[in-house]
Amino acid sequence: MSISFANALGSLPQALELRSRRAEALSANLANADTPGYLAKDLPFAEMMAGTQHSTLPMRTSAALHIAQSSSDGADGDLMFRIPLQPAVDGNTVDSQTEMAAFAENTVAFEASFSVLNGRFKNLIAAVRGE
Amino acid sequence: MALLDIFAVAGSAMSAQTVRLNVTASNLANAQSASSSVGGTYRARHPVFAAIHASALSAKDLIPDDSDIASPKGVKVLGIIESKTPLELRYEPSHPLADKNGYVSYPNVNVVEEMANMISASRGFQVNVQIMQSARDMAERLLSLGQ
Repeated sequence: MSISFANALGSLPQALELRSRRAEALSANLANADTPGYLAKDLPFAEMMAGTQHSTLPMRTSAALHIAQSSSDGADGDLMFRIPLQPAVDGNTVDSQTEMAAFAENTVAFEASFSVLNGRFKNLIAAVRGE
Repeated sequence: MALLDIFAVAGSAMSAQTVRLNVTASNLANAQSASSSVGGTYRARHPVFAAIHASALSAKDLIPDDSDIASPKGVKVLGIIESKTPLELRYEPSHPLADKNGYVSYPNVNVVEEMANMISASRGFQVNVQIMQSARDMAERLLSLGQ
């Protein structure tokens, strides 16, 4: 039996990647909290995480005009507009409190994924050393 | 790496809020700067913010300003506009700057509005400092992977 990184790490690297992308999206929202007409966007984490699992059959495109299924290829189109709770007069839909809460939640989840990933690496090192 | 892009995003917001605070300070400092002519009177200034979009940055031809390329997403100050609200004319015949009818024109600075702007700008700045700190912590944690 050989040590496989893919088996040992599971979906944690993808989770960390998505968490850092979500942090960027949320920070862009907060940066534009006072920009007229700016529409807040967020990354649908659960959906995108499910997209990395390949448990469902992917949609096939057979013609040039078919729209491809959204994927986690890093494209900006993955971002979804946030439904505003109380839109401002200038058309801005950023709610600083919501964004801060989402950012804090995202940071904690990032730390959690990171801790587990770190533990996996420690296990691998222990296995290699035979301790 | 997305985490390091946050520094550019939060940095752009911090500089935009600094411009806003600067303009507010100028407005408040000149709130009572009287003038004898309507044309020479100080007018309240306001910065106009606009979002920088990554999609616009990828199409190189669409970029009007080269300085925006460095930051992937964030906010920029499009420009600073002068307020169109009418100036305040006060009848003060004894004032040395009074015109021949005895009127002195004062700036159209709304002090209450400027104070609200000042609080909003400093809060916006604060939020972005926090974001930058969080991003730094996350990046530092990531660098300690496997230790």
